[in-house]
Amino acid sequence: MSQSNDGEIQRVDRLLDSTLENVDLAEADVTRLAEEAGFDEEDLHRIGIAVRESMVNAVVHGNHYSTKKKVHFSVVHSVVNHDGEPPKDCLAVVIEDEGEGFQKQEVPDPLAEENLLRHSGRGLLLIEAFMDRFVIEPRTPQGTRVTLVKYKARQATPGA
Amino acid sequence: MSVKLTNRQVGDVTVIDAAGRITLGEGASAFREAIRDLAAKGNAKVLLNLSEITYIDSSGIGELVSGFTTVRNQGGVLKLVGLTKRVQDLLQITKLYTVFDVYDDEATAVKSFG
Repeated sequence: MSQSNDGEIQRVDRLLDSTLENVDLAEADVTRLAEEAGFDEEDLHRIGIAVRESMVNAVVHGNHYSTKKKVHFSVVHSVVNHDGEPPKDCLAVVIEDEGEGFQKQEVPDPLAEENLLRHSGRGLLLIEAFMDRFVIEPRTPQGTRVTLVKYKARQATPGA
Repeated sequence: MSVKLTNRQVGDVTVIDAAGRITLGEGASAFREAIRDLAAKGNAKVLLNLSEITYIDSSGIGELVSGFTTVRNQGGVLKLVGLTKRVQDLLQITKLYTVFDVYDDEATAVKSFG
């Protein structure tokens, strides 16, 4: 493991088939990196769920399990410096599908009274609740890119 | 580990002990079939014990909701007991605490069916 000049500590990049097995694989990857980065148990769970939901969106709703379409998955563990703040460990996940794209506004509000008993539509809500930053944007030439970011406050070194 | 479901009777209440993960795929399907089977057999009082559930994703939450409506549509009631902190958090975030009857202990939950 090496640390680059931009603070990157560890990276995983994968080009995945659109299968549920690869949803499990991506969740395992991000959980391992988050654990190695020192995130606590609760954050490991939250990050795992958020990535799982994003991968399901890519595989199921984006690529529709197509054998011709891939999911681009990357996780980067880095240390970031924000002005005036102590350095923080940061886990950034990018997931891209090759589907038709979607608008967040198209998803019914799962917290609206009339939608509470709907079977589906809560994935984005959980991702937003569990991550510090969640961005959805179109991917070129087609598809959707989502970026998920979680920060961990860097603990002071004992005796430092 | 996917979900493992075990049924038992406590008086006229059917208790489902669920353990493992309820996620998209095998876990959610197994859960859906178990609830439909119970509802079809006319079990009107269903208590779902989630104390050994380690993980639920949004598909799993969807199955809980579907189970609730499936039993209700058959004239029955489905209640929850033994929620872990993580499942409690999920129900809070999704506002489903306002939908489900949730109990801390089984005896109180069973008694609540009347």
